[in-house]
Amino acid sequence: MTSAVTIEGLSKRFGSTIALENIAIDVAPGELFGFIGPDGAGKTTLFRILVTLILPDAGRATVLGRDVTTEIWELRRRVGYMPGRFSLYPDLSVEENLHFFASVFGASVAEQYDLIAPIYDQLAPFKERRAGALSGGMKQKLALCCALVHRPGILFLDEPTTGVDAVSRREFWELLDRLKASGLTIIVSTPYMDEADRCGRVALIQRGRILGVDAPARVAASFGRLLFTVRAAERYPLLLAAREYPNAATVFPFGDVLHFTDRRTDVEAERIARELTDYLRGRGFADVVVNEAPPTIEDTFMARMGEPEEAA
Amino acid sequence: MTPAPNAAAIEAHELTRRFGSFTAVDKISFDVAGGEVFGFLGANGAGKTTAIRILTGLLSPTSGTARVAGHDVYTESEAIKRRIGYMSQKFSLYEDLTVSENIRLYGGIYDLSRETVRERTARMLIRLGLEHAAGTQVRALPLGWRQKLAFSVALLHEPSIVFLDEPTSGVDPITRRQFWELIYEAAARGTTVFVTTHYMDEAEYCDRISIMVSGRIEALGTPAELKRKFGVDTIDELFVRLARVTVGAA
Repeated sequence: MTSAVTIEGLSKRFGSTIALENIAIDVAPGELFGFIGPDGAGKTTLFRILVTLILPDAGRATVLGRDVTTEIWELRRRVGYMPGRFSLYPDLSVEENLHFFASVFGASVAEQYDLIAPIYDQLAPFKERRAGALSGGMKQKLALCCALVHRPGILFLDEPTTGVDAVSRREFWELLDRLKASGLTIIVSTPYMDEADRCGRVALIQRGRILGVDAPARVAASFGRLLFTVRAAERYPLLLAAREYPNAATVFPFGDVLHFTDRRTDVEAERIARELTDYLRGRGFADVVVNEAPPTIEDTFMARMGEPEEAA
Repeated sequence: MTPAPNAAAIEAHELTRRFGSFTAVDKISFDVAGGEVFGFLGANGAGKTTAIRILTGLLSPTSGTARVAGHDVYTESEAIKRRIGYMSQKFSLYEDLTVSENIRLYGGIYDLSRETVRERTARMLIRLGLEHAAGTQVRALPLGWRQKLAFSVALLHEPSIVFLDEPTSGVDPITRRQFWELIYEAAARGTTVFVTTHYMDEAEYCDRISIMVSGRIEALGTPAELKRKFGVDTIDELFVRLARVTVGAA
């Protein structure tokens, strides 16, 4: 079968700002594909091009085999899109929003109910509540129902979990798993690196450029250097001390540990850990524990993004 | 009146706020020490925003007591507003104004002398590496820079406590960590930091955290203590365990 999405040499500028630079990606039908990157990376611009809302400056893209610049009307009926900003009518009830979006596409909620049932069942107790009065997690679920109600062939979700708490985020991803199981192609973006693992494949995106595309485990493994966790009770002083270690390449806080890489690439892990432990003990951290550890997607992202964004 | 250095920066006792028949904040009690980094966690709709509005002097509680920087939230809300700093992800700086105009504006609001504003502006821009951007409109700054600047501006009048509402939402992973270093620096100078976040790895960076569920504080302590007490490996796991039952009901 042909690709669900093909993107070739896609670029977009806004004035002097490069929003997207020469993006090339293929997504297969049925994939749950994630674009992972911070705000301002270009995720929203890319999604808006793919759902035919804006035009690229260069390059080409197809969605479900249709060109996003010339087959707009064909495509719009087949695409489900959940924008990053809350896009429902806050003064309409849950139920009214859903019926409205169905009617725009000439669909009826009753016909499509099997598709949205797993999500809508959770909303049903609040169906008369104004959409504007829902909690963050519930708003996202309603928006997802509204994006699905015309039974699209592909679903674009732009930062569906931003500003949503850790529990609602998890529940939202469980819903996406169920949708994926039905065979729907899903393209999702998120600034949360820990959500990458929920996708079949991910593209890391930063400042309009793709830093890498692969299965999450392979992206993490592509880090390509030895990584160590460093732990001690006094975390902030530990961070400052570890940075002063002459062989330190990078030292970053990661939850309750530091992630450390060494400048030397030809030294075995055991020796790096031992020498770093000795150094930090010498600096007064008697309780320090250093262990080699597998890198995460976030480590890879940070290594590839280079310097953080420069101030204008 | 300056509280003694290690005196409690925030003391809340059975603090409660009802809206009609709905209890948004339900008898929460906690203290935050001077210079502490306190993570105030909770699910969407758990009552965090209401609690923050009370502690920043914007909303009166229904019952219970709270003192912020030594001032009573019922009767001294104006004094509280002068003693605290505030920034959120949603609103922090005026995008149409330049970096230095924003700083001057905040300096004016807090009644700082021109001389003081000039001095602190120079120091701030050097620390942030933004000297060359003083005349840049804030809208032209990348999000991460804007957030670091907003935090520094919230500290311009040298408040004893700063409230940060999801300050790192959507910020890239390196800038997010740089932001936390600014937090540590402020705390090391004695500023109390009261912060909310949806990044559970950031919860681990706090001296102590509380987790709010349906208006109540269900867990309070250092991240290490709480992980031990609840037998979990990460704060994420703990958060999900505590909050899962009730999310969706709101």
